[in-house]
Amino acid sequence: MSPAGAHPVVVVGGGPAGMAAARAAAAAGAAVLLVDSGAALGGQYHRQNSLHGGREFTLPAGVEHLAESQVWALEPVPGGHRLHIRTGPADSPERAGRTVDTAALVLATGAYDRALPFPGWDLPGVFTAGAAQALAKGQGVAVGERVVLAGTGPFLLPVAESLIAVGSRVAAILEAGDPVTGWLAAPGGVVAGRRRLAELARYTALLARRRIPYHHRSTVIETHGTGRVEAVTVARLDARWRVLPGSERRVAADAVCVGFGFTPQLELAVAARCALAGGFVAVDIAQATSVPGVYAAGELTGIGGAELAAAEGELAGAAAAARLLGARLPAPVRALRRVREGRRFAAALERAYPVRDGWRTWPRDDTVVCRCEEVTCGELRRAVAERDAVGVRSVKLVSRAGLGLCQGRVCGRAVAELAGLDDPGAAFARRPIAAPVRLGELAEAPPDEPAEPSPGPQQHPTRLEREQP
Amino acid sequence: MRVRIDGVAVLAEPGRTVAGLLLAQGRNAWRTTREGGRPRGVFCGIGVCYDCLVVVNGVPDVRACQRLVCDGDDIRTQHGAELPS
Ligand SMILES: Cc1cc2nc3c(=O)[nH]c(=O)nc-3n(C[C@H](O)[C@H](O)[C@H](O)COP(=O)(O)OP(=O)(O)OC[C@H]3O[C@@H](n4cnc5c(N)ncnc54)[C@H](O)[C@@H]3O)c2cc1C
Ligand code: FES
Repeated sequence: MSPAGAHPVVVVGGGPAGMAAARAAAAAGAAVLLVDSGAALGGQYHRQNSLHGGREFTLPAGVEHLAESQVWALEPVPGGHRLHIRTGPADSPERAGRTVDTAALVLATGAYDRALPFPGWDLPGVFTAGAAQALAKGQGVAVGERVVLAGTGPFLLPVAESLIAVGSRVAAILEAGDPVTGWLAAPGGVVAGRRRLAELARYTALLARRRIPYHHRSTVIETHGTGRVEAVTVARLDARWRVLPGSERRVAADAVCVGFGFTPQLELAVAARCALAGGFVAVDIAQATSVPGVYAAGELTGIGGAELAAAEGELAGAAAAARLLGARLPAPVRALRRVREGRRFAAALERAYPVRDGWRTWPRDDTVVCRCEEVTCGELRRAVAERDAVGVRSVKLVSRAGLGLCQGRVCGRAVAELAGLDDPGAAFARRPIAAPVRLGELAEAPPDEPAEPSPGPQQHPTRLEREQP
Repeated sequence: MRVRIDGVAVLAEPGRTVAGLLLAQGRNAWRTTREGGRPRGVFCGIGVCYDCLVVVNGVPDVRACQRLVCDGDDIRTQHGAELPS
Protein backbone atom coordinates (compact mmCIF):
# COMPACT_ATOMS: atom_id res chain seq x y z
CA MET A 1 0.00 0.00 0.00
CA SER A 2 1.18 3.53 -0.71
CA PRO A 3 1.83 6.00 2.14
CA ALA A 4 -1.06 6.21 4.58
CA GLY A 5 -1.63 9.91 4.02
CA ALA A 6 -2.69 9.26 0.44
CA HIS A 7 -5.72 7.32 1.64
CA PRO A 8 -8.73 8.61 3.43
CA VAL A 9 -10.25 7.42 6.66
CA VAL A 10 -12.91 5.02 5.42
CA VAL A 11 -16.15 4.78 7.39
CA VAL A 12 -18.59 1.96 6.60
CA GLY A 13 -22.14 2.80 7.66
CA GLY A 14 -24.13 6.04 7.49
CA GLY A 15 -26.13 5.69 10.72
CA PRO A 16 -25.63 7.79 13.85
CA ALA A 17 -22.26 6.12 14.54
CA GLY A 18 -20.89 6.40 10.99
CA MET A 19 -22.02 9.99 10.48
CA ALA A 20 -20.44 11.06 13.79
CA ALA A 21 -17.23 9.23 12.89
CA ALA A 22 -17.04 10.96 9.51
CA ARG A 23 -17.63 14.38 11.07
CA ALA A 24 -15.04 13.85 13.79
CA ALA A 25 -12.40 12.56 11.37
CA ALA A 26 -13.02 15.48 9.02
CA ALA A 27 -12.87 17.95 11.92
CA ALA A 28 -9.46 16.51 12.79
CA GLY A 29 -8.27 17.25 9.26
CA ALA A 30 -8.47 13.87 7.58
CA ALA A 31 -10.00 13.15 4.19
CA VAL A 32 -12.96 10.82 4.71
CA LEU A 33 -14.84 8.37 2.54
CA LEU A 34 -18.20 7.28 3.99
CA VAL A 35 -19.68 4.18 2.35
CA ASP A 36 -23.31 3.32 3.07
CA SER A 37 -25.74 0.98 1.40
CA GLY A 38 -28.66 3.35 1.89
CA ALA A 39 -29.74 5.90 -0.69
CA ALA A 40 -29.89 8.57 2.02
CA LEU A 41 -27.84 9.11 5.16
CA GLY A 42 -29.30 8.24 8.57
CA GLY A 43 -29.07 4.48 9.05
CA GLN A 44 -31.88 2.98 11.09
CA TYR A 45 -32.56 5.50 13.84
CA HIS A 46 -32.48 8.55 11.58
CA ARG A 47 -34.17 6.85 8.64
CA GLN A 48 -35.55 9.54 6.37
CA ASN A 49 -38.80 9.32 4.43
CA SER A 50 -37.38 8.70 0.98
CA LEU A 51 -40.52 10.09 -0.66
CA HIS A 52 -39.49 13.48 0.75
CA GLY A 53 -36.07 13.49 -0.82
CA GLY A 54 -33.92 12.39 2.12
CA ARG A 55 -31.64 15.40 2.42
CA GLU A 56 -31.96 16.06 6.15
CA PHE A 57 -28.35 15.30 7.02
CA THR A 58 -25.25 16.91 5.61
CA LEU A 59 -21.63 16.05 6.02
CA PRO A 60 -18.80 18.60 6.15
CA ALA A 61 -16.53 19.34 3.21
CA GLY A 62 -13.77 16.77 3.15
CA VAL A 63 -16.21 13.87 3.44
CA GLU A 64 -17.06 11.98 0.29
CA HIS A 65 -20.36 10.12 0.72
CA LEU A 66 -20.77 7.00 -1.40
CA ALA A 67 -24.50 6.28 -1.24
CA GLU A 68 -26.22 3.10 -2.47
CA SER A 69 -22.89 1.39 -1.99
CA GLN A 70 -22.44 -2.02 -0.48
CA VAL A 71 -19.12 -3.21 0.89
CA TRP A 72 -19.34 -6.83 -0.19
CA ALA A 73 -15.88 -7.99 0.87
CA LEU A 74 -13.00 -6.82 2.99
CA GLU A 75 -9.47 -8.18 3.07
CA PRO A 76 -6.32 -7.35 4.97
CA VAL A 77 -3.52 -5.96 2.79
CA PRO A 78 -0.06 -4.85 3.94
CA GLY A 79 -0.49 -1.69 5.99
CA GLY A 80 -4.26 -1.77 6.16
CA HIS A 81 -7.39 -3.14 4.56
CA ARG A 82 -8.96 -3.29 1.12
CA LEU A 83 -12.68 -2.83 0.68
CA HIS A 84 -14.60 -4.12 -2.31
CA ILE A 85 -17.57 -1.91 -3.05
CA ARG A 86 -20.48 -1.99 -5.49
CA THR A 87 -22.40 1.20 -6.16
CA GLY A 88 -25.81 1.51 -7.77
CA PRO A 89 -29.40 0.29 -7.53
CA ALA A 90 -29.71 -2.60 -5.06
CA ASP A 91 -28.89 -6.01 -6.56
CA SER A 92 -28.62 -4.60 -10.07
CA PRO A 93 -26.04 -6.33 -12.27
CA GLU A 94 -25.11 -2.88 -13.55
CA ARG A 95 -23.61 -1.64 -10.29
CA ALA A 96 -20.15 -0.11 -10.60
CA GLY A 97 -17.30 -1.82 -8.79
CA ARG A 98 -14.54 -0.07 -6.87
CA THR A 99 -11.87 -1.05 -4.38
CA VAL A 100 -10.49 1.26 -1.73
CA ASP A 101 -7.48 0.75 0.53
CA THR A 102 -7.22 2.39 3.90
CA ALA A 103 -4.94 2.39 6.92
CA ALA A 104 -7.70 3.78 9.13
CA LEU A 105 -11.05 2.03 8.92
CA VAL A 106 -14.14 2.73 11.01
CA LEU A 107 -16.78 0.01 10.96
CA ALA A 108 -20.24 1.29 11.90
CA THR A 109 -22.46 -1.31 10.26
CA GLY A 110 -25.14 -1.37 12.96
CA ALA A 111 -27.50 -4.16 13.86
CA TYR A 112 -30.74 -5.81 12.81
CA ASP A 113 -33.69 -7.28 14.67
CA ARG A 114 -33.29 -10.60 16.40
CA ALA A 115 -36.22 -12.86 15.58
CA LEU A 116 -37.11 -16.16 17.24
CA PRO A 117 -38.76 -18.99 15.30
CA PHE A 118 -42.33 -20.03 16.16
CA PRO A 119 -45.02 -21.84 14.17
CA GLY A 120 -46.11 -19.61 11.30
CA TRP A 121 -43.37 -16.98 11.62
CA ASP A 122 -42.72 -17.41 7.90
CA LEU A 123 -46.28 -16.50 6.86
CA PRO A 124 -46.55 -13.20 4.95
CA GLY A 125 -47.78 -10.62 7.43
CA VAL A 126 -45.12 -11.47 10.00
CA PHE A 127 -42.53 -8.70 10.03
CA THR A 128 -39.68 -7.78 12.30
CA ALA A 129 -40.40 -4.76 14.46
CA GLY A 130 -37.62 -2.95 12.61
CA ALA A 131 -39.26 -3.68 9.26
CA ALA A 132 -42.49 -2.08 10.45
CA GLN A 133 -40.47 0.89 11.68
CA ALA A 134 -38.46 1.21 8.48
CA LEU A 135 -41.56 1.00 6.26
CA ALA A 136 -43.48 3.51 8.38
CA LYS A 137 -40.60 5.99 8.68
CA GLY A 138 -39.02 5.51 5.28
CA GLN A 139 -42.07 4.89 3.09
CA GLY A 140 -45.08 6.07 5.09
CA VAL A 141 -46.53 2.56 4.65
CA ALA A 142 -48.33 0.55 7.35
CA VAL A 143 -47.57 -3.17 7.48
CA GLY A 144 -51.16 -3.94 8.48
CA GLU A 145 -54.46 -2.54 9.67
CA ARG A 146 -54.64 -4.45 12.92
CA VAL A 147 -51.20 -5.22 14.24
CA VAL A 148 -49.91 -7.22 17.21
CA LEU A 149 -46.41 -6.33 18.47
CA ALA A 150 -44.48 -9.02 20.32
CA GLY A 151 -40.94 -9.40 21.61
CA THR A 152 -38.83 -7.89 24.29
CA GLY A 153 -37.27 -4.52 25.00
CA PRO A 154 -38.21 -0.85 24.79
CA PHE A 155 -37.96 -0.76 20.97
CA LEU A 156 -41.53 -2.09 20.68
CA LEU A 157 -42.80 1.30 21.92
CA PRO A 158 -41.44 3.60 19.18
CA VAL A 159 -42.62 1.01 16.66
CA ALA A 160 -46.15 1.23 18.08
CA GLU A 161 -45.97 5.01 17.84
CA SER A 162 -44.85 4.89 14.20
CA LEU A 163 -47.53 2.35 13.28
CA ILE A 164 -50.23 4.56 14.77
CA ALA A 165 -48.83 7.54 12.86
CA VAL A 166 -49.33 5.69 9.55
CA GLY A 167 -52.86 4.60 10.44
CA SER A 168 -52.52 1.10 11.91
CA ARG A 169 -54.48 -0.06 14.89
CA VAL A 170 -52.17 -1.65 17.45
CA ALA A 171 -54.18 -4.53 18.91
CA ALA A 172 -51.70 -5.31 21.68
CA ILE A 173 -48.08 -5.01 22.74
CA LEU A 174 -46.75 -8.23 24.22
CA GLU A 175 -43.54 -7.99 26.23
CA ALA A 176 -42.14 -11.44 26.95
CA GLY A 177 -40.07 -10.16 29.86
CA ASP A 178 -40.97 -8.99 33.33
CA PRO A 179 -41.88 -5.41 34.25
CA VAL A 180 -38.84 -3.13 34.15
CA THR A 181 -38.32 -1.89 37.63
CA GLY A 182 -34.73 -3.07 37.79
CA TRP A 183 -32.78 -0.64 35.65
CA LEU A 184 -35.08 2.29 36.26
CA ALA A 185 -34.58 1.86 39.96
CA ALA A 186 -30.79 1.59 39.71
CA PRO A 187 -29.23 5.04 40.16
CA GLY A 188 -26.83 4.58 37.23
CA GLY A 189 -29.65 3.64 34.92
CA VAL A 190 -31.73 6.66 35.85
CA VAL A 191 -28.89 9.14 35.37
CA ALA A 192 -27.81 7.69 32.03
CA GLY A 193 -31.36 7.19 30.87
CA ARG A 194 -32.89 10.50 31.90
CA ARG A 195 -33.52 11.67 28.37
CA ARG A 196 -35.12 8.37 27.58
CA LEU A 197 -37.41 8.66 30.59
CA ALA A 198 -39.18 11.57 28.90
CA GLU A 199 -39.57 9.41 25.80
CA LEU A 200 -40.94 6.57 27.93
CA ALA A 201 -43.50 8.92 29.50
CA ARG A 202 -44.63 9.94 26.01
CA TYR A 203 -45.19 6.32 24.98
CA THR A 204 -47.03 5.51 28.20
CA ALA A 205 -49.38 8.43 27.59
CA LEU A 206 -49.93 7.29 24.00
CA LEU A 207 -50.80 3.73 25.07
CA ALA A 208 -53.25 5.06 27.66
CA ARG A 209 -54.87 7.48 25.23
CA ARG A 210 -55.31 4.78 22.58
CA ARG A 211 -56.21 2.11 25.16
CA ILE A 212 -53.58 -0.23 23.77
CA PRO A 213 -53.20 -3.30 25.96
CA TYR A 214 -49.61 -3.88 27.12
CA HIS A 215 -48.93 -7.29 28.68
CA HIS A 216 -45.80 -8.67 30.30
CA ARG A 217 -44.78 -12.33 30.11
CA SER A 218 -46.84 -12.82 26.96
CA THR A 219 -46.04 -13.39 23.34
CA VAL A 220 -47.34 -14.57 19.97
CA ILE A 221 -46.73 -18.33 19.73
CA GLU A 222 -48.44 -19.07 16.42
CA THR A 223 -49.96 -17.36 13.38
CA HIS A 224 -52.94 -18.57 11.36
CA GLY A 225 -54.13 -17.85 7.86
CA THR A 226 -54.06 -19.06 4.28
CA GLY A 227 -51.24 -17.35 2.45
CA ARG A 228 -51.24 -14.45 4.92
CA VAL A 229 -51.75 -13.73 8.60
CA GLU A 230 -55.43 -13.63 9.60
CA ALA A 231 -55.11 -14.36 13.31
CA VAL A 232 -52.50 -15.15 15.94
CA THR A 233 -52.37 -17.22 19.09
CA VAL A 234 -51.03 -15.31 22.07
CA ALA A 235 -50.07 -17.00 25.31
CA ARG A 236 -48.73 -16.23 28.75
CA LEU A 237 -45.18 -17.31 29.55
CA ASP A 238 -43.50 -18.58 32.69
CA ALA A 239 -40.31 -17.03 34.04
CA ARG A 240 -38.22 -18.98 31.49
CA TRP A 241 -40.62 -18.10 28.64
CA ARG A 242 -42.24 -21.51 28.33
CA VAL A 243 -45.92 -21.30 27.39
CA LEU A 244 -48.31 -21.55 30.35
CA PRO A 245 -50.71 -24.32 29.27
CA GLY A 246 -54.29 -23.16 29.00
CA SER A 247 -53.35 -19.48 28.60
CA GLU A 248 -53.54 -19.53 24.78
CA ARG A 249 -56.02 -17.19 23.15
CA ARG A 250 -56.74 -16.36 19.50
CA VAL A 251 -56.60 -12.74 18.41
CA ALA A 252 -57.60 -11.35 15.01
CA ALA A 253 -54.74 -9.49 13.28
CA ASP A 254 -53.47 -9.00 9.74
CA ALA A 255 -49.89 -8.32 10.79
CA VAL A 256 -47.50 -9.32 13.57
CA CYS A 257 -44.26 -7.51 14.34
CA VAL A 258 -41.66 -9.38 16.33
CA GLY A 259 -38.42 -8.12 17.85
CA PHE A 260 -36.31 -9.76 20.54
CA GLY A 261 -33.52 -7.24 20.68
CA PHE A 262 -30.86 -6.80 18.00
CA THR A 263 -28.03 -8.75 16.39
CA PRO A 264 -24.87 -6.88 15.32
CA GLN A 265 -23.91 -6.84 11.62
CA LEU A 266 -20.53 -8.48 12.23
CA GLU A 267 -19.23 -9.87 8.93
CA LEU A 268 -16.88 -7.04 7.96
CA ALA A 269 -15.38 -6.94 11.46
CA VAL A 270 -14.93 -10.71 11.34
CA ALA A 271 -13.33 -10.47 7.88
CA ALA A 272 -10.93 -7.88 9.32
CA ARG A 273 -10.19 -10.45 12.08
CA CYS A 274 -11.37 -8.21 14.91
CA ALA A 275 -11.73 -10.01 18.24
CA LEU A 276 -15.28 -10.42 19.51
CA ALA A 277 -16.57 -10.47 23.06
CA GLY A 278 -20.01 -11.76 23.95
CA GLY A 279 -21.08 -11.68 20.29
CA PHE A 280 -20.05 -8.02 19.74
CA VAL A 281 -16.86 -6.39 18.45
CA ALA A 282 -14.48 -5.81 21.36
CA VAL A 283 -13.16 -2.22 21.55
CA ASP A 284 -10.96 -0.19 23.89
CA ILE A 285 -11.67 3.25 25.28
CA ALA A 286 -10.87 4.90 21.92
CA GLN A 287 -13.09 2.42 20.03
CA ALA A 288 -10.02 0.64 18.63
CA THR A 289 -10.58 -3.05 17.87
CA SER A 290 -7.95 -5.74 18.39
CA VAL A 291 -6.69 -5.07 14.84
CA PRO A 292 -4.43 -2.02 14.40
CA GLY A 293 -6.08 0.59 12.18
CA VAL A 294 -9.61 -0.79 12.58
CA TYR A 295 -12.13 1.00 14.80
CA ALA A 296 -15.72 0.05 15.52
CA ALA A 297 -18.62 2.15 16.74
CA GLY A 298 -22.34 1.92 17.29
CA GLU A 299 -24.45 -1.17 17.71
CA LEU A 300 -21.72 -3.36 16.30
CA THR A 301 -20.06 -3.02 19.70
CA GLY A 302 -23.18 -3.35 21.87
CA ILE A 303 -26.84 -2.40 21.78
CA GLY A 304 -27.26 1.00 23.40
CA GLY A 305 -29.29 3.24 21.12
CA ALA A 306 -28.53 6.09 18.77
CA GLU A 307 -27.02 8.54 21.25
CA LEU A 308 -24.41 6.08 22.43
CA ALA A 309 -23.75 5.08 18.81
CA ALA A 310 -23.07 8.73 17.90
CA ALA A 311 -20.76 9.28 20.87
CA GLU A 312 -18.80 6.15 20.02
CA GLY A 313 -18.63 7.26 16.40
CA GLU A 314 -17.11 10.57 17.44
CA LEU A 315 -14.37 8.78 19.39
CA ALA A 316 -13.71 6.29 16.60
CA GLY A 317 -13.52 8.97 13.91
CA ALA A 318 -11.12 11.09 15.96
CA ALA A 319 -8.93 8.07 16.75
CA ALA A 320 -8.85 6.95 13.11
CA ALA A 321 -7.88 10.44 11.95
CA ALA A 322 -5.17 10.71 14.61
CA ARG A 323 -3.71 7.41 13.45
CA LEU A 324 -3.77 8.36 9.80
CA LEU A 325 -2.32 11.84 10.30
CA GLY A 326 0.13 10.71 12.96
CA ALA A 327 -1.18 13.54 15.12
CA ARG A 328 -1.93 13.79 18.81
CA LEU A 329 -5.39 15.22 19.28
CA PRO A 330 -6.97 16.57 22.47
CA ALA A 331 -9.03 13.92 24.25
CA PRO A 332 -12.72 14.26 23.32
CA VAL A 333 -13.78 14.53 26.96
CA ARG A 334 -17.48 15.09 26.41
CA ALA A 335 -17.85 12.18 24.01
CA LEU A 336 -15.94 9.97 26.45
CA ARG A 337 -18.39 10.89 29.19
CA ARG A 338 -21.41 10.25 26.94
CA VAL A 339 -20.01 6.85 26.03
CA ARG A 340 -19.45 5.98 29.68
CA GLU A 341 -23.01 6.97 30.61
CA GLY A 342 -24.48 5.31 27.57
CA ARG A 343 -22.72 2.02 28.26
CA ARG A 344 -24.06 2.00 31.81
CA PHE A 345 -27.56 2.47 30.42
CA ALA A 346 -26.96 -0.22 27.79
CA ALA A 347 -25.77 -2.68 30.42
CA ALA A 348 -28.85 -1.97 32.54
CA LEU A 349 -31.03 -2.47 29.47
CA GLU A 350 -29.39 -5.79 28.69
CA ARG A 351 -29.96 -6.98 32.25
CA ALA A 352 -33.58 -5.85 32.11
CA TYR A 353 -34.45 -7.56 28.81
CA PRO A 354 -32.68 -10.91 28.52
CA VAL A 355 -33.91 -13.50 26.02
CA ARG A 356 -34.88 -16.57 28.10
CA ASP A 357 -34.14 -20.04 26.75
CA GLY A 358 -37.75 -21.24 27.06
CA TRP A 359 -38.29 -19.91 23.50
CA ARG A 360 -36.69 -23.15 22.32
CA THR A 361 -39.96 -24.90 23.17
CA TRP A 362 -41.97 -22.65 20.78
CA PRO A 363 -41.01 -24.19 17.40
CA ARG A 364 -42.65 -27.51 16.56
CA ASP A 365 -40.96 -30.20 14.49
CA ASP A 366 -42.52 -28.81 11.29
CA THR A 367 -41.66 -25.16 12.06
CA VAL A 368 -39.25 -23.66 9.55
CA VAL A 369 -36.13 -22.46 11.37
CA CYS A 370 -33.92 -21.45 8.41
CA ARG A 371 -36.26 -19.40 6.23
CA CYS A 372 -33.95 -19.36 3.19
CA GLU A 373 -33.30 -23.09 2.89
CA GLU A 374 -36.63 -24.04 4.50
CA VAL A 375 -35.03 -26.26 7.13
CA THR A 376 -37.46 -27.28 9.85
CA CYS A 377 -36.73 -27.53 13.52
CA GLY A 378 -37.25 -31.31 13.31
CA GLU A 379 -34.69 -31.64 10.51
CA LEU A 380 -32.21 -29.58 12.47
CA ARG A 381 -32.72 -31.63 15.64
CA ARG A 382 -32.32 -34.87 13.68
CA ALA A 383 -29.14 -33.59 12.03
CA VAL A 384 -27.67 -32.94 15.45
CA ALA A 385 -28.95 -36.09 17.15
CA GLU A 386 -28.60 -38.74 14.45
CA ARG A 387 -25.85 -37.45 12.22
CA ASP A 388 -23.69 -36.17 15.00
CA ALA A 389 -23.40 -32.65 13.67
CA VAL A 390 -21.24 -30.69 16.09
CA GLY A 391 -19.61 -27.37 15.27
CA VAL A 392 -21.06 -24.76 12.93
CA ARG A 393 -19.67 -26.19 9.72
CA SER A 394 -21.10 -29.64 10.12
CA VAL A 395 -24.44 -28.33 11.37
CA LYS A 396 -24.62 -26.19 8.22
CA LEU A 397 -23.58 -28.93 5.84
CA VAL A 398 -25.72 -31.67 7.36
CA SER A 399 -28.88 -29.65 7.95
CA ARG A 400 -28.37 -26.91 5.30
CA ALA A 401 -29.49 -24.33 7.88
CA GLY A 402 -27.75 -20.99 7.36
CA LEU A 403 -26.63 -21.76 3.80
CA GLY A 404 -29.11 -19.55 1.97
CA LEU A 405 -28.80 -16.03 0.62
CA CYS A 406 -29.00 -14.37 4.04
CA GLN A 407 -26.07 -16.55 5.14
CA GLY A 408 -27.55 -17.29 8.53
CA ARG A 409 -28.10 -13.67 9.52
CA VAL A 410 -31.72 -14.36 10.43
CA CYS A 411 -31.56 -17.92 11.76
CA GLY A 412 -27.90 -18.33 12.77
CA ARG A 413 -28.24 -17.47 16.41
CA ALA A 414 -31.41 -19.56 16.85
CA VAL A 415 -29.89 -22.50 14.97
CA ALA A 416 -26.73 -22.30 17.08
CA GLU A 417 -28.78 -22.34 20.28
CA LEU A 418 -31.08 -25.14 19.15
CA ALA A 419 -28.05 -27.18 18.06
CA GLY A 420 -26.19 -26.45 21.29
CA LEU A 421 -23.19 -24.78 19.60
CA ASP A 422 -20.63 -22.77 21.56
CA ASP A 423 -20.75 -18.98 21.43
CA PRO A 424 -24.13 -18.86 19.64
CA GLY A 425 -23.95 -15.08 19.16
CA ALA A 426 -20.92 -15.34 16.89
CA ALA A 427 -21.17 -18.88 15.51
CA PHE A 428 -22.58 -17.79 12.12
CA ALA A 429 -20.79 -14.43 11.83
CA ARG A 430 -18.11 -15.59 9.37
CA ARG A 431 -19.22 -14.57 5.90
CA PRO A 432 -16.26 -14.05 3.54
CA ILE A 433 -18.71 -12.56 1.04
CA ALA A 434 -20.45 -9.90 3.13
CA ALA A 435 -23.31 -9.58 0.66
CA PRO A 436 -24.22 -11.74 -2.33
CA VAL A 437 -23.13 -10.26 -5.66
CA ARG A 438 -23.98 -11.32 -9.19
CA LEU A 439 -21.82 -13.87 -10.92
CA GLY A 440 -20.95 -11.34 -13.63
CA GLU A 441 -19.90 -8.83 -11.01
CA LEU A 442 -17.29 -11.24 -9.73
CA ALA A 443 -15.29 -10.79 -12.91
CA GLU A 444 -13.27 -8.23 -10.97
CA ALA A 445 -10.53 -9.74 -8.82
CA PRO A 446 -12.11 -11.49 -5.84
CA PRO A 447 -10.56 -11.04 -2.42
CA ASP A 448 -8.01 -13.68 -1.56
CA GLU A 449 -9.81 -14.48 1.65
CA PRO A 450 -9.00 -18.09 2.49
CA ALA A 451 -12.09 -20.17 1.83
CA GLU A 452 -13.53 -22.39 4.49
CA PRO A 453 -12.41 -25.99 4.08
CA SER A 454 -14.32 -27.54 1.15
CA PRO A 455 -17.07 -24.98 0.81
CA GLY A 456 -20.24 -26.35 -0.74
CA PRO A 457 -21.83 -24.42 -3.58
CA GLN A 458 -24.37 -22.88 -1.20
CA GLN A 459 -21.76 -21.91 1.34
CA HIS A 460 -20.44 -19.05 -0.71
CA PRO A 461 -23.55 -17.53 -2.20
CA THR A 462 -21.50 -15.38 -4.49
CA ARG A 463 -24.30 -15.36 -6.99
CA LEU A 464 -27.84 -14.26 -6.67
CA GLU A 465 -28.65 -16.59 -9.53
CA ARG A 466 -28.89 -19.92 -7.76
CA GLU A 467 -27.33 -23.03 -9.18
CA GLN A 468 -29.90 -25.33 -10.72
CA PRO A 469 -29.79 -28.88 -9.36
CA MET B 1 -43.44 7.55 -12.69
CA ARG B 2 -45.17 4.69 -14.46
CA VAL B 3 -44.21 1.12 -13.72
CA ARG B 4 -45.77 -2.29 -14.32
CA ILE B 5 -46.53 -4.83 -11.61
CA ASP B 6 -47.17 -8.26 -13.09
CA GLY B 7 -48.19 -6.55 -16.30
CA VAL B 8 -50.55 -4.01 -14.76
CA ALA B 9 -49.64 -0.32 -15.08
CA VAL B 10 -49.25 1.50 -11.75
CA LEU B 11 -48.16 5.02 -10.80
CA ALA B 12 -45.29 5.45 -8.35
CA GLU B 13 -43.72 8.43 -6.62
CA PRO B 14 -39.96 9.04 -6.67
CA GLY B 15 -38.38 7.60 -3.54
CA ARG B 16 -40.67 4.54 -3.44
CA THR B 17 -39.05 1.22 -2.84
CA VAL B 18 -40.44 -1.77 -4.69
CA ALA B 19 -41.59 -3.20 -1.34
CA GLY B 20 -43.20 0.10 -0.34
CA LEU B 21 -45.07 0.17 -3.65
CA LEU B 22 -46.26 -3.44 -3.43
CA LEU B 23 -47.39 -3.07 0.19
CA ALA B 24 -49.17 0.20 -0.63
CA GLN B 25 -50.99 -1.77 -3.34
CA GLY B 26 -52.26 -4.10 -0.63
CA ARG B 27 -49.96 -7.01 -1.47
CA ASN B 28 -47.82 -8.58 1.21
CA ALA B 29 -46.41 -11.56 -0.71
CA TRP B 30 -44.69 -11.54 -4.10
CA ARG B 31 -42.41 -14.53 -4.12
CA THR B 32 -42.67 -18.27 -3.59
CA THR B 33 -39.89 -20.34 -2.05
CA ARG B 34 -37.86 -22.84 -4.06
CA GLU B 35 -38.66 -25.96 -2.04
CA GLY B 36 -42.10 -25.56 -0.56
CA GLY B 37 -43.56 -22.92 -2.88
CA ARG B 38 -44.41 -20.90 0.21
CA PRO B 39 -45.42 -17.26 -0.23
CA ARG B 40 -43.04 -14.60 1.08
CA GLY B 41 -42.83 -10.83 1.23
CA VAL B 42 -41.03 -8.39 3.51
CA PHE B 43 -39.59 -9.73 6.74
CA CYS B 44 -36.60 -7.65 7.96
CA GLY B 45 -37.29 -4.55 5.86
CA ILE B 46 -33.62 -3.53 5.76
CA GLY B 47 -31.90 -5.79 3.26
CA VAL B 48 -30.72 -8.50 5.63
CA CYS B 49 -33.06 -11.49 5.16
CA TYR B 50 -33.44 -11.85 1.35
CA ASP B 51 -37.08 -12.86 1.81
CA CYS B 52 -38.54 -10.04 -0.28
CA LEU B 53 -37.03 -11.10 -3.63
CA VAL B 54 -38.73 -9.95 -6.80
CA VAL B 55 -37.98 -9.84 -10.54
CA VAL B 56 -37.15 -6.33 -11.82
CA ASN B 57 -36.68 -5.80 -15.55
CA GLY B 58 -36.05 -9.51 -16.06
CA VAL B 59 -33.48 -9.79 -13.29
CA PRO B 60 -34.54 -12.11 -10.43
CA ASP B 61 -33.44 -12.01 -6.77
CA VAL B 62 -33.74 -8.25 -6.33
CA ARG B 63 -34.46 -7.22 -2.74
CA ALA B 64 -37.72 -5.29 -2.97
CA CYS B 65 -37.09 -3.48 0.33
CA GLN B 66 -33.79 -2.08 -0.93
CA ARG B 67 -34.56 -1.31 -4.55
CA LEU B 68 -35.86 2.13 -5.43
CA VAL B 69 -38.43 2.16 -8.21
CA CYS B 70 -37.38 3.77 -11.52
CA ASP B 71 -39.68 5.07 -14.21
CA GLY B 72 -40.61 2.26 -16.60
CA ASP B 73 -39.61 -0.60 -14.28
CA ASP B 74 -41.18 -3.96 -15.04
CA ILE B 75 -41.76 -5.63 -11.65
CA ARG B 76 -42.81 -9.27 -11.51
CA THR B 77 -43.62 -11.87 -8.89
CA GLN B 78 -40.81 -14.40 -8.47
CA HIS B 79 -41.67 -18.09 -8.55
CA GLY B 80 -39.08 -20.25 -6.80
CA ALA B 81 -35.60 -20.03 -8.31
CA GLU B 82 -35.79 -18.08 -11.55
CA LEU B 83 -33.10 -17.50 -14.11
CA PRO B 84 -32.55 -14.05 -15.59
CA SER B 85 -34.57 -13.50 -18.76
C1 LIG C 1 -34.78 -1.71 11.16
C2 LIG C 1 -34.37 -0.96 12.39
C3 LIG C 1 -35.05 0.20 12.76
C4 LIG C 1 -34.68 0.90 13.91
N1 LIG C 1 -35.38 2.02 14.24
C5 LIG C 1 -35.10 2.65 15.43
C6 LIG C 1 -35.86 3.75 15.87
O1 LIG C 1 -36.78 4.19 15.18
N2 LIG C 1 -35.59 4.29 17.08
C7 LIG C 1 -34.58 3.81 17.85
O2 LIG C 1 -34.37 4.32 18.95
N3 LIG C 1 -33.81 2.80 17.45
C8 LIG C 1 -34.05 2.19 16.27
N4 LIG C 1 -33.31 1.11 15.88
C9 LIG C 1 -32.17 0.73 16.71
C10 LIG C 1 -30.90 1.18 15.97
O3 LIG C 1 -30.17 0.02 15.70
C11 LIG C 1 -29.98 2.13 16.68
O4 LIG C 1 -30.42 2.82 17.74
C12 LIG C 1 -29.12 3.03 15.77
O5 LIG C 1 -29.65 3.26 14.50
C13 LIG C 1 -27.78 2.38 15.69
O6 LIG C 1 -26.90 3.19 15.01
P1 LIG C 1 -25.63 2.62 14.24
O7 LIG C 1 -24.95 3.81 13.65
O8 LIG C 1 -24.87 1.74 15.12
O9 LIG C 1 -26.20 1.69 13.08
P2 LIG C 1 -27.32 1.90 11.95
O10 LIG C 1 -28.16 3.06 12.20
O11 LIG C 1 -27.94 0.56 11.81
O12 LIG C 1 -26.46 2.19 10.64
C14 LIG C 1 -25.66 1.23 10.00
C15 LIG C 1 -25.55 1.56 8.54
O13 LIG C 1 -24.54 0.75 7.96
C16 LIG C 1 -24.96 0.33 6.70
N5 LIG C 1 -24.23 -0.90 6.35
C17 LIG C 1 -24.17 -2.07 7.05
N6 LIG C 1 -23.39 -2.96 6.42
C18 LIG C 1 -22.93 -2.34 5.30
C19 LIG C 1 -22.08 -2.76 4.24
N7 LIG C 1 -21.54 -3.99 4.18
N8 LIG C 1 -21.82 -1.88 3.23
C20 LIG C 1 -22.37 -0.63 3.25
N9 LIG C 1 -23.18 -0.18 4.25
C21 LIG C 1 -23.46 -1.03 5.26
C22 LIG C 1 -26.45 0.13 6.86
O14 LIG C 1 -27.12 0.17 5.63
C23 LIG C 1 -26.81 1.30 7.77
O15 LIG C 1 -27.16 2.43 7.01
C24 LIG C 1 -33.63 0.41 14.72
C25 LIG C 1 -32.95 -0.75 14.34
C26 LIG C 1 -33.31 -1.44 13.20
C27 LIG C 1 -32.57 -2.69 12.82
S1 FES D 1 -37.25 -7.75 3.71
FE1 FES D 1 -35.39 -8.61 4.35
S2 FES D 1 -34.16 -8.24 2.61
FE2 FES D 1 -35.96 -7.21 2.09
